[in-house]
Amino acid sequence: MRVALFATCLGDTLFPDAVKATALLLSRLGQEVVFPPEQTCCGQMHVNTGYQREALPLVDNHAACFADESIDAVIVPSGSCAGSIRHQHHIVAERFGTPALRDQVERSRAKTYELAEFLVDVLGVVDVGATFPHRVTYHPTCHSLRMLRVGDKPLQLLRAVREIDLVELPEADQCCGFGGTFALKNADTSTAMLSDKLRNVAGTEAEFCTAGDSSCLMHIGGGLSRLQTGIGTLHLAEILASTEHAISPKQGALA
Amino acid sequence: MSGTFLGMPAAPPRGSGNLRGAESFPAAARTELANTQMRRNVGKATRTIRDKRVQVTGELPDWEQLRSAGAAIKRDVLSRLPELLEQFEQAVIARGGQVHWARDAAEANAIVTRLVKDTGADEALKVKSMATQEIGLNEHLATEGITAIETDLAELIVQLGEDRPSHILVPAIHRNRSEIREIFLRSMPGVDPDLDDDPTHLADAARRFLRERFVRARVAISGANFGVAETGTLSVVESEGNGRMCLTMPQTLITVMGLEKLIPTYADLEVFLQLLPRSSTGERMNPYTSMWTGVAPHDGPSEFHLVLLDNGRTATLADEVGREALHCIRCSACLNVCPVYERTGGHAYGSTYPGPIGAVLTPQLAGMDTGGSDPNSSLPYASSLCGACFDACPVKIDIPSLLVELRHQHVEEAHFSAEQLMMKAASAAMSTSGRWTAAQRAAQLGRLLGRGGRIRTLPPPGNAWTSARDLPVPPKQTFRQWWDSSEGRAAIDDAHREGGRR
Ligand code: SF4
Repeated sequence: MRVALFATCLGDTLFPDAVKATALLLSRLGQEVVFPPEQTCCGQMHVNTGYQREALPLVDNHAACFADESIDAVIVPSGSCAGSIRHQHHIVAERFGTPALRDQVERSRAKTYELAEFLVDVLGVVDVGATFPHRVTYHPTCHSLRMLRVGDKPLQLLRAVREIDLVELPEADQCCGFGGTFALKNADTSTAMLSDKLRNVAGTEAEFCTAGDSSCLMHIGGGLSRLQTGIGTLHLAEILASTEHAISPKQGALA
Repeated sequence: MSGTFLGMPAAPPRGSGNLRGAESFPAAARTELANTQMRRNVGKATRTIRDKRVQVTGELPDWEQLRSAGAAIKRDVLSRLPELLEQFEQAVIARGGQVHWARDAAEANAIVTRLVKDTGADEALKVKSMATQEIGLNEHLATEGITAIETDLAELIVQLGEDRPSHILVPAIHRNRSEIREIFLRSMPGVDPDLDDDPTHLADAARRFLRERFVRARVAISGANFGVAETGTLSVVESEGNGRMCLTMPQTLITVMGLEKLIPTYADLEVFLQLLPRSSTGERMNPYTSMWTGVAPHDGPSEFHLVLLDNGRTATLADEVGREALHCIRCSACLNVCPVYERTGGHAYGSTYPGPIGAVLTPQLAGMDTGGSDPNSSLPYASSLCGACFDACPVKIDIPSLLVELRHQHVEEAHFSAEQLMMKAASAAMSTSGRWTAAQRAAQLGRLLGRGGRIRTLPPPGNAWTSARDLPVPPKQTFRQWWDSSEGRAAIDDAHREGGRR
């Protein structure tokens, strides 16, 4: 399959290792990976903060990049961005866009997948051939869980990883308190939510907390780092891309 | 049918009463977050109810179909509300009830006060009603020399404590039993001074206090969970039986009902009487379901008045997206699963309606547009959009999408702000890849702020982040730079080869 990678603005700029891992993993699984260079951002931050009008050029640019017939699927290493594309782009397009844009948005959203979803549902693989000899706990992220309904697909993938010591995260489905601009507008409440998540993560005695979304990991990782816990965060793709030859990574972005 | 309501004035009135707090959500939340006792009490209670709810909804094989049925009935009601209200009014009158229409809180309060005064009573029993809380009825009656007595135990605790409710269903959720004992000792007339904090003893004290009042009461004021258009039947669902006493013992019964509480037929109750108790208390069935239709000689109250309350509901109905909030049956399931409510409690929302549903319903009923400083305009942002409320809602209200919609409406009406400037700038920078890569280069300057790979302090507004969290420094190379590099290309080729070998 010819699969296009949507790096997301955050992945491209702050967490390139997660996107690299996604590209390498998909290539290793025999996919032809392309990176449409015109891509920027899905506009999630704008839509979720109420700036739908300002999101329009971003939705427009995104749909123009990925609607192309030569692309079979668009892979997003982020549950919330995949959710935004699938469940919010059409709202913006209907409100402010042209019929042509609405049509493009429809085509792009229909073939957009979050990484774990694509691996399990489309490629039908659970064992991606990874090896990762570390203790890991998994945070399911709200948008993957409830907007995309990825269910336990990421866990199926993790369980198939060799030498991994996968430990269950208590109260895993509780929000980490990120919520995009929520973390800034309601910083106190966000911090209260984060501290419970950190307590649960630390309680697992894991070396890494993983998830399918760099933004949630930025939040959790930022908290783990501030508290000097010594626990790192790693995107799910980085674990799945690790092999016995090339163990990811530099011990997590913020450990 | 009185023309005042269904004439649909060009701009329907916004609601008034207890639908607006004194400060914005972030400011009020800050105070509540520091309240250790409240957080322990609310956290413990919501966790318990949450687990029970999951258990009892899980045991129904048709739970999802029930939810869909509930949503469909509510959608139908809202799409033909004027017609159903007319049918309802006629049915109530035909069975001996009297119907009064109230546009807003002031009108509703005036009507109820006049009705109570007509009976000559200076005391009225209350059975838990959110509508009367919304309009501030108790306070209004007090100014008119009429004492309202809450008969729901939790409401009574709140009333005696001169407190505000903090939960739709468990208004005293923020109190524990030793606090309740103190409130009783302080404010309950005739209480035994040796009262301890054993729950049975506390309940006994409340029972003695209430019983006296039940016996002498001539008027009761109730809310309604449902009004059946077809028959004019009203219904209250409760668990203590005190409500039933109010509904049957006095001579005069006054029910205040929000317009949206209507359901078309008696048979529709079947759906909601399953959805409501399981979602709210996590019980299979609530202990007391009372239904009454008009008046009947020698059975129950001899006079029945129904006050139909608009108070911003028509204005909400006019919003095609936002009107979904009127589906709400006030079960409180969304509160019990909300991580924001769990930590900030009900008072931070400033309205009779707290939690996720309050965050959408309150600004719609009462508006959020009195300049930039309206506390209601902070409510749609009081959510991380985690979606737990949508999953829990028995009538499938898509609260996260409603929040996003209200944020959009707020931004569209907002005055000039620094945030707008930043959002516009970000939009411009991200709308083409040329500008975006330039912005990425600028972001890489952030490396200068970092020590050991992390950024620990940022200037405002970024300091809201770094107050509790570090930020990684931007890496030297963006993904797209790597992708375009020979190193990147070689790595991808290697990966293909390795995959081919397996
Ligand atoms: S919004 Fe839904 S879950 Fe929340 S109180 Fe209303 S009916 Fe219950």
